[in-house]
Amino acid sequence: MPKDSGIGASSKRREDVRFLTGQGQYTDDINIHGQTYVHFVRSDVAHGKINSIDTSAAEAMPGVVRIFTGADFEGIGGLPCGWQVTDRHGEAMKEPAHPVLAQGKVRHVGDPIAAVIAESLEQARDAGEALNIDIEELPAVVDMKAALSEGSATVHDDLGDNLCYDWGFVEENKGAVDEAIKNAAHVTTLELVNNRLVANPMEPRVAVGDYNRANDESTLYTTSQNPHVIRLLMGAFVLGIPEHKLRVVAPDVGGGFGTKIFHYAEEAFCTFAARQINRPVKWTASRSEAFISDAHGRDHVTKIELALDADNNFTAVRTETLANMGAYLSTFAPSVPTWLHGTLMAGNYKTPLIYVNVKAVFTNTVPVDAYRGAGRPEATYQLERVIDKAARELGVDPIALRRQNFITEFPYATPVAVEYDTGNYVATMDKLEEIADISGFEARRKASEANGKLRGLGVNCYIEACGIAPSNLVGQLGARAGLYDAATVRVNATGSISVMVGAHSHGQGHETAFPQVVAEMLGIDESMIEIVHGDSSKIPFGMGTYGSRSIAVCGSAMVRATEKIINKAKKIASHLLEASEADIELKDGQFTVAGTDKSCAWGDVTLAAYVPHNYPLDNIEPGLEETAFYDPSNFTYPSGAYACEVEVDPDTGKVTVERFSAADDFGNIINPMIVTGQVHGGLAQGIGQALMENCAYDENGQLLSASYMDYAMPRASDVPFYAVDHSCQTPCTHNPLGVKGCGEAGAIGSPPSVVNAVVDALQSAGHNVTHIDMPVSPSRVWAAMNS
Amino acid sequence: MNLSDSKLIAADRNEVWQALLSAEVLQQCVPGCKEMSGSPEEGFEATVVQKVGPVKATFKGAVTLSDIVEGESLTLSGEGKGGAAGFAKGGAKVVLTDEEGGTLLSYDVEAKVGGKLAQLGSRIIDGFAKKMADQFFEEFRNAVQGPLEEVEGSEEGEKKKGWLGRLVSN
Repeated sequence: MPKDSGIGASSKRREDVRFLTGQGQYTDDINIHGQTYVHFVRSDVAHGKINSIDTSAAEAMPGVVRIFTGADFEGIGGLPCGWQVTDRHGEAMKEPAHPVLAQGKVRHVGDPIAAVIAESLEQARDAGEALNIDIEELPAVVDMKAALSEGSATVHDDLGDNLCYDWGFVEENKGAVDEAIKNAAHVTTLELVNNRLVANPMEPRVAVGDYNRANDESTLYTTSQNPHVIRLLMGAFVLGIPEHKLRVVAPDVGGGFGTKIFHYAEEAFCTFAARQINRPVKWTASRSEAFISDAHGRDHVTKIELALDADNNFTAVRTETLANMGAYLSTFAPSVPTWLHGTLMAGNYKTPLIYVNVKAVFTNTVPVDAYRGAGRPEATYQLERVIDKAARELGVDPIALRRQNFITEFPYATPVAVEYDTGNYVATMDKLEEIADISGFEARRKASEANGKLRGLGVNCYIEACGIAPSNLVGQLGARAGLYDAATVRVNATGSISVMVGAHSHGQGHETAFPQVVAEMLGIDESMIEIVHGDSSKIPFGMGTYGSRSIAVCGSAMVRATEKIINKAKKIASHLLEASEADIELKDGQFTVAGTDKSCAWGDVTLAAYVPHNYPLDNIEPGLEETAFYDPSNFTYPSGAYACEVEVDPDTGKVTVERFSAADDFGNIINPMIVTGQVHGGLAQGIGQALMENCAYDENGQLLSASYMDYAMPRASDVPFYAVDHSCQTPCTHNPLGVKGCGEAGAIGSPPSVVNAVVDALQSAGHNVTHIDMPVSPSRVWAAMNS
Repeated sequence: MNLSDSKLIAADRNEVWQALLSAEVLQQCVPGCKEMSGSPEEGFEATVVQKVGPVKATFKGAVTLSDIVEGESLTLSGEGKGGAAGFAKGGAKVVLTDEEGGTLLSYDVEAKVGGKLAQLGSRIIDGFAKKMADQFFEEFRNAVQGPLEEVEGSEEGEKKKGWLGRLVSN
């Protein structure tokens, strides 16, 4: 019998009431008296030298308040990078300056050159047209291999070349890995591209800067996944505003997918300019602007080699990857192809020797950073593709080959520095075979063939490291911040509760799921509990939402704070009930004295805490409010097995996903309905990457896919009804809820099975096709079939 | 993108050459040209209104002539800035050769766009550039020799005067 409240209940998402009735309060809904509007004039060349900017004609235009250029930001900090990677030789990565507005050079199409503030957006845009900007176009660096070649133009002249870092992991293993590959019975090699993506959250980015001269306080309203991180980065590193004079508010946010983690120039600009002109400054990105200013995702070019012994046991994995950083280092960009990618190269398998080499490259393109999965999809894709290719080369069943090499004993220390606490890969694969009806596939293939279609089945596993992250560990790996989280549980006098959390909800359903945990612990109704998030002046210092961390890290902080509440409430109850504290039990919202019928209600205790007329004031303080910070001792390791069945139209190369099944192990689950929804969304994004989405630049660095006419987002008709199961649960051993996180799994786990299925379909018809790069578009499939 | 084509013009080589150097003719032939001023030596300033797919803009820019081999070949280069619409650049290497019935004008065109034009119009830019080039050289032929159909349709009648002819008769 499913529960109807508390942990494990599919409580309906309470936030949807306002989202679905148009009553959400998004950043663009915030309008402040006296507000001005800023229009950013952006580079339309990929690389160029700014010879001059003449603002005089524009300044004379109607409604213009002030025009800013890079010169106004001299002496002001640039946008900081939050992670320093150390290369194979012990050297720190190259870290270029990242000015708020371009200084001297523009480095990608979309790089902001000037900002025009006017009384209306239209006036700002008109004045932007009147700016006289003389830019001398320079040769653009676009292709990563060319960028690293001798004589290439340089994105940052002061860095000497375009190599950000050359990272080796685990460097000490390199010799052994090379040896194992040389001596292997079989080596499968695959070269592939992990295509560049644009996140495309439904709500484009918005920033409103406000300044109160009376108390010298700045406020930034912004579309962020982590308001405290923005306050820290912008206040401390860019603008020099102390925390107590800077408030950052991220109200309702319409999707993030990673691209709203980072600190962007527009946020710093609006905060800075509001103070300069002493008026609020508002910026709302158009969709076109989002394409050229939101950090992009993925963009890896990889060669992977998998070595096997004569019995088909994996003996070594070696990879070489070029990772595109774009023109500047976005906030967490260096960590994505390294620590979020190399540490996952063991996958679900007991490969003893692994070596990962990543060269991060600067190019004249939009900066690239974390996008749903961030490094882990890139690891999963190459590993699960090369395993599939190996199975085909060896003539063995791809599922059997995986099963043979599964890690089966936990905890398991991988050769790439992480230790999986729990998992059961056999169980998720068993579950997958059941829900995907693998045994019925051949019959379905025959039915497709009868209809003139080629049917293919692709399977893959995935593992991810979530619950980011143990601060002491990531500090050693180069993170420049801690990655704990925090929660304050404020019990009100009549027993209702406000929980202030560092995590931010922008689609994840925290406002529903988090109260389920507190309700379960206290035995009270979920409706008595409200989650407060997104406002740095209201919430404790937490690090926000990304890396599937909210329930695992912030949820754990909330559990710890609630435990403190329970401890104190029991003390109060023991006074009210004139019993020993040790004998007090809390169940279903009632405090009882064990073994007696003496009890008092939750509300009696909370009222006593705030109206302490009958209260042990000499022993405990009045009030009932507790804060806890929680720093995880390990990552969490969600895992699973996915299966995709496609049909390929042999005449056109069009691929349709006919069935998709996902068997996940997320550990314990708070709200199964929300988890299912998270998996659905992730699968749509993964299938989108595999079949449709591609961010394309031409050789001059012009972005060609900058609208929905050319950037193909998946729609409802492009994805099937999914079979999703998360009944395999091996609870996390190191957080109090035993949860692992589910937000990124779908996007991490799905691309390889789609491509595996397409290759299977083509090979079934006798085509000698071993790989097609994503997106597996009709033209690419058709070309592969007809080559 | 690159494209090449040629047109036979019923006029002698010198006449065609003179037309290539004329601001008046260029204005008449550049599709969407609203203004054109300048000289072959100094270069021309042009204002062109064009719609590329979803983007309509007024391009202001310069047209220059280079690699001039008197009477034989030259390169026409243009760069137009369309403000928020981005920019377009193009060049045409033009070679004139004597041919039975007039002068053969051969051209190699390359075109490049940037900014919003590339972001929104890249799918159609090749077709657009080809259309522009075809239109330009078609208009150019008409300007030099008079419209083709009238030439063909007036076997017995008076041949419509081309550009140089009109200048002379004026």
